[in-house]
Amino acid sequence: MSLVLEPQAIGPGDRPVVGGKAVRLAQMLRAGFRVPGFLCLPADAYRRFVAAGGLAERIRLELSRKDAAAMRWEELWDCATRIRSLFLRHPFPPGMDGALRELLARRFGDGPVAVRSSALEEDAPGASFAGLHASFVAVSGAEAVLERIRLVWASLWSDAALLYRRELGLDPGQSAMAVVVQEMVAGEASGICFSQDPGVPSQAVVEAAWGLNQAVVDGEVEPDRWIVDREHRRILEHRPPARRGRRLIPAPGGVRFEALPAALAGRPPLSPEEALAVADLARRAEEHFGEPQDIEWTRSGGVFVLLQSRPTTARRGGAGGDSRAWYLGLRRSFENLKRLRAGIEGQRIPEAERTAAELAAVDLAHLADAELALEIERRRAIHRRWQEIYTAEFIPFAHGMRLFGEVYNERLKPEDPYEFTALLRRGGLLSLERNRVLEHLAALVRERPELAACLAAGDCAAAAPDFQKELESFLLRFGDVTCELGGRALCAGALRPLLHLLHEMARRPSPGPRDAPGPDAGRLEQAYLASFPEERRQEAAELLDLARASWRLRDDDNLHVGRIEARLREAEAEGRRRLAAGAADEAALRGALAAAEEPGPSPAAAGDGEGGLRPRQLRGQPAGPGFARGPARVIRAAGDLERFRAGEVLVCDAIDPRMTHVVPLAAAIVERRGGMLIHGAIIAREYGIPCVTGVPEAVRLIRTGDLLAVDGYLGIVTVGEGEL
Amino acid sequence: MSGSPTPPPPAEGAEEVRGLLARLLAAERFAVLATQREGQPYANLVAFAASEDLSTLFFVTPRATRKVENLRRDPRVALLVADSRNRAADLAAAAAATGIGEARELEGAARAEALARFLARHPALEEFARAPTCAAFAVRIRRYLLVRRFQEVTEVFLDP
Repeated sequence: MSLVLEPQAIGPGDRPVVGGKAVRLAQMLRAGFRVPGFLCLPADAYRRFVAAGGLAERIRLELSRKDAAAMRWEELWDCATRIRSLFLRHPFPPGMDGALRELLARRFGDGPVAVRSSALEEDAPGASFAGLHASFVAVSGAEAVLERIRLVWASLWSDAALLYRRELGLDPGQSAMAVVVQEMVAGEASGICFSQDPGVPSQAVVEAAWGLNQAVVDGEVEPDRWIVDREHRRILEHRPPARRGRRLIPAPGGVRFEALPAALAGRPPLSPEEALAVADLARRAEEHFGEPQDIEWTRSGGVFVLLQSRPTTARRGGAGGDSRAWYLGLRRSFENLKRLRAGIEGQRIPEAERTAAELAAVDLAHLADAELALEIERRRAIHRRWQEIYTAEFIPFAHGMRLFGEVYNERLKPEDPYEFTALLRRGGLLSLERNRVLEHLAALVRERPELAACLAAGDCAAAAPDFQKELESFLLRFGDVTCELGGRALCAGALRPLLHLLHEMARRPSPGPRDAPGPDAGRLEQAYLASFPEERRQEAAELLDLARASWRLRDDDNLHVGRIEARLREAEAEGRRRLAAGAADEAALRGALAAAEEPGPSPAAAGDGEGGLRPRQLRGQPAGPGFARGPARVIRAAGDLERFRAGEVLVCDAIDPRMTHVVPLAAAIVERRGGMLIHGAIIAREYGIPCVTGVPEAVRLIRTGDLLAVDGYLGIVTVGEGEL
Repeated sequence: MSGSPTPPPPAEGAEEVRGLLARLLAAERFAVLATQREGQPYANLVAFAASEDLSTLFFVTPRATRKVENLRRDPRVALLVADSRNRAADLAAAAAATGIGEARELEGAARAEALARFLARHPALEEFARAPTCAAFAVRIRRYLLVRRFQEVTEVFLDP
C-alpha cells in the first residue's frame, strides 16, 4: 500500500481505506466541483506509525487504565492528553518521514496546506458526531506538516472520541485514521451553507464572514446570515451580525485574528447575488450526493471553492443526557477564555466577596422567626445562583490551563505531559495562604505552653485574649475549616474544630518549607517562550498568564462559593436550633428548612476480606509525583477529618477545598474523583505530596489504619503489608 | 557383547541447544518469576529481556511489591520461560526453560544499560520502567533446564 494516494486513485468504496472525507472530496473533484487539490495518507500509514516502537501497545495500556464509561470528563481529557503526547514524541519508522517529506514537497512545494482528519468511522450511519477529530489550516513547512499529521492521527483518541468510544467502535487493535493534506485556499470571505434548513425544509441558510472559514466553523466570529427560499431562489432575509470586528488570516505558523479594516467592516462579505451563488453551490452538492448537504466554502479571487460537504445530519450533537459531553464541549478558544477571565476577575469574584460579607453582617440572632425563615430562603436563592455561575463560568475557565497544556506539549514535547503544571504553581492560592496562617498560629502554640493548655480545654478567650483575637480574625477571613464536610450542623460551632486542628498541628515539629519536586519553573518558562518565534512571544506570554489565573481560580472558586454556602448553612443551623428549642413561628421555619439538604448517608466501609476478596494494588491517575507510605485515614464524615494525624495518608471521595488544611499534614493523598488537574491534584502538586486520583471506590475499599504505599509516579496504591 | 555400554552420542551439539534456548528467550516476552520468603514460595508473571550471551535476564517491578520484599530477604530465584499456548499439543510440542540464579537491583549506568535492553523488547513499558519507583533487576543465571518433547530435560551451564 502506498504512503499517499492521489484523488484519482480513490473510489467510492474506499472509505475503509481513506475515510469518509477523502472519499467525498474525490467524488466532488470527479463531479467537477471546484475543490482544493489534495493527497490522502491512507489508514495504513497510521498503522505503520503505531506498529513501530510499541506505540499501539502504549495506547492500549493507556486505555486500559479505566473503563471510559466510568471516566469523568477531566479523566477523558487526561487520557487523550497522554495519548497525544505519545504521538508527538513517537519517531517515524525508518524511511517513513523521508518518504512523506518528498511526496508532500513534490505535490505542494513549500506552500501552506490544510491537514485534516478523515476518520474511517466519522459520519458513518449511526455514529455521526462532528468535531471529534483534529483539523489544521495554514500549515507551512515539512516539519510543521508532519507534526500536524501526528496530531490528526492522535485525535483518533481525542477526549470527545473517547466519550463516544463505544458508539464509534473504537478499538486500539483495529481502529485507524486517514489524513487529507490539502492545498490551502486563503479566501477573502468564507462560510458555511445548509442546502436545506433542517428546521424549515423550504429554506437554505448561508453564513459568511471576512477571512478564513475556520472562524465561522468554530463560532469565533459572528457571521452575516441569509435565509434563501429554495423554490423561488430568492433571499427572504439578510441578518447582519451585531458587529463585524475581526477576521482570521493566515500567519507564520498558523492563523491569527486581525481587526477588520474599516472599509470591510461596513459591508457584508457577500453581495445578494453571491449569497444566492453559495446557495446554488450547496444545492448542486445536495443533488450530487442525493441528500441535503452542509457545506464549507471560501471565495478566492471572485471564485467560490467548495472546501467540504457532508450530510446535514452530521453536525448534530452527541448522545443526549451525558453531561460529560457538555463539559468537554466547553473547550474554549484563547479569545473566548480571555473574555471569560475578565468577567470572573472583574465582576464575579468581587461580587462573591461582597455578597459573603453582606450576609455575614446580618445578625441572625436578632431576627424574628418569620424573618429568619425569609432569610434562609433568600440565602438559598443566592447560593443557587452562585452554583449556576460556578457551572456556567468558573468550570469552563478551567479549560484555560488545559489549552496552555496542549500548546506547551506541542511546542516542547516534554517526556511528562504534565510538566506544564510546574509553570502554573505558586500562584498565591487562597487555600495555601490559609494554610500559612494556620502554620503561624500553630507556631505560636508551640512557643507558648499556656496556649496548648487552653486549646486542650477548648477555650482560650479568658487565658489568652490576644490569641483569641487572632483566632477570630482567622475565622472571619477564611471561615470554619471543617464547615463543608458532611455534618453541616457542625458549621455553627465554628471555633471548636479550629482549636482541635491547631492543637494537632502544634504537637508535631514545624514542617518547614516542603519543596515540590520537579524541574525549575524559571527555566521551563524561558524554554516555553523561546520556542515561539519573536512575533508570537507576546501571545505566548498572555496564554501563560491566562493559564495561571485558571489554575488559581480552580482552587479559589470553591472557596468563594463555599463562603456563600457557609452563610446559608449558618442560617439553617440557627433555624434548626430554634425548632429544637420550641420556636414561636414553627410553621415558617419548618417550611424554610424543608428544602435544606440533609447530609446523605456516608458510604460504608468494605468488611475485612469481603466475599473473600481484598484489594492489594489499586490503580488511578498519577496526579502528584512522589512516593510515600503511611497508615490510611479514610474520610467519611466530619469527625474523621478531626482525627487526622500527621503522616497519615488522606483517603477521600473528593478533596473538598475545606479539607485542604490537613493536606500539609498528610504523607500522601488518594482520591476517588479522577483527574490530573482537579482541586486535590493541584494542592498536592503545590505541596509536593504524592497523589493518586481516580481510584474507583477508594473510600469503600480502603479502611482507616490500612498501611498504604502511594506511588504518585505510576498511579498505584498498594494496600497492606504484603504478607505471604 | 562388550562390557560397559558406551554413552550414546549426543543427538545434537551444544551449539544447537544454545541456539534453541536463545530463540526461546528471544521469542517469549513473559516469564514466571519464583521467589520465596521463609520457605513460602511465591510466583508471579514478569515481562523480561535476556542479555546477548543468555547469562542475564532483566525485569522491572514497582518497589512496593511482594517480590521486591522477598528478593530483599533472599535474592535466589528461578524464572520459567515457556512457549506453550494452552493447547493440548503443547504437551509434546512446547519447550520450556527454567533459569536458576540470583537477582540484584541495578543502579546508575548498569540500570540505564539494562533498561535500554529491556525497552528494546518492551517499548510500551517505557513510562512504567523509567519511573523512579520502578526497580530494575538483573538475574545472573547459573544454569538453565531446557524441557522438550514432554520429558526430555537438558541442563545448560553458563560460564561463571
